[in-house]
Amino acid sequence: MDWTALFLSLKLALITTVVLMILTAPLACLLVYCRLPGKAFFEAFVNLPLALPPTVVGFYLLMVMGSDGVFGRLWEGLTGSPLLFTFTGIVIASVVYSIPFALQPMRAAFEKIDPRLIESARILGLNAPAIFGRVIVPNSVNGLAASAILVFLHTLGAFGVILMIGGSVPGQTRVASIAIYEAVETLQYGSAALMSLALLPVAYLFLLIVHRLTRK
Amino acid sequence: MDLDVCVRKRLPPFELQIDLPCPAEAMTVIIGPSGAGKTTLIRIIAGLEKADAGRIQYGQEVWLDTTQGICLPPQRRRLGYVFQDYTLFPHLTVEENVAFAAKDRKKVRYLIDIFGLSPLVARRPDAISGGERQRCAICQALAREPRVLLLDEPFSALDVFTRRDLRDKVRAVKDELSIPVVYVTHDVNEALFLADRLVPIVGGRLDKTWLQRSLARAGSPGEERSRSMREPRLSLAY
Repeated sequence: MDWTALFLSLKLALITTVVLMILTAPLACLLVYCRLPGKAFFEAFVNLPLALPPTVVGFYLLMVMGSDGVFGRLWEGLTGSPLLFTFTGIVIASVVYSIPFALQPMRAAFEKIDPRLIESARILGLNAPAIFGRVIVPNSVNGLAASAILVFLHTLGAFGVILMIGGSVPGQTRVASIAIYEAVETLQYGSAALMSLALLPVAYLFLLIVHRLTRK
Repeated sequence: MDLDVCVRKRLPPFELQIDLPCPAEAMTVIIGPSGAGKTTLIRIIAGLEKADAGRIQYGQEVWLDTTQGICLPPQRRRLGYVFQDYTLFPHLTVEENVAFAAKDRKKVRYLIDIFGLSPLVARRPDAISGGERQRCAICQALAREPRVLLLDEPFSALDVFTRRDLRDKVRAVKDELSIPVVYVTHDVNEALFLADRLVPIVGGRLDKTWLQRSLARAGSPGEERSRSMREPRLSLAY
């Protein structure tokens, strides 16, 4: 049983969730409330991780985040250390990989808000950030929570993308899903079974909560 | 200060073309059949909808001037708007709704008192009646100390008793305030009771003869009468 891997998975999922919530909330708002040219193209693009095999997403991220990639080079120039095979690297990869899981429920929640509430808030003098904070967020708490949980679970379950970007560095990038795979590879079935069993109730419980939050 | 409105807008069935001075001392009531462009007009005044051409001026302040490309967003017009159906914030209590855009807490308490909402302050909008919700919406609009008050069929979804009660309240409020109030309705009875100035709009244009025509039509037997035409009789019966 690899406790470090389990702990690392939770840490990765938690950080990814926080980063994604902050990142996608304004994005979802723009997509729902603003008429932007090329909106459909943008949405299809950020939703690509839903449709592509994780290895394909991982491959492109590898190209971009590697030492020869645009982003990888920029990162190395700024921080002096490479991005691949580090915890930061897999956080970035998970964020990209989970964007659709954050965006879709958030969008749905924002779309459910009565547009007249927003008109009313505008007339009452609120600017866009205030409307977001005082009207949109409090009226879509369930959707936001569902979105956070889905991202958390999806990151907990990520395998291919993390393997391609992070490899399996113990304590850095060897998350539970990878540790389980390696345990099976080395015929340590007992260890794999225990770790799998540790993830199962977490995922089940959270899915139940999502169901509760989004029903009606 | 007075509000001066002169706007045009192409709507699918007709062109809205209205010249409407709203003096500060008067309650201007816009009346007309459904689909006459009343709500569009009031939404243009609020800044929620764009006009094709026109000018809206409050005192010396220009809110809209299509020739100069000026169009103030609703936030900067500082007006009160009570919508046709309840648009209170569902996540806030009655008191929080009234205080939503208020500058002065004392004003909030005062409004809650005179509109009889005191026993309901801690309730959410879904736990109070339609009439109470609209009273709360009026308080919310007034708490902001608006420069212009717009009411778009605020009581049309309420029963006749509640409506009469609220109508009296609105009249009383107007007598205290010296701001332009624009009230939209399709109810002749309500219009005659409230109006200092009556503006009948039909097909997007001012139609001075509409009121006479519809009153005359109500008198003639056999013809189908609208609900608004029957109501004066109802109110006599009560």
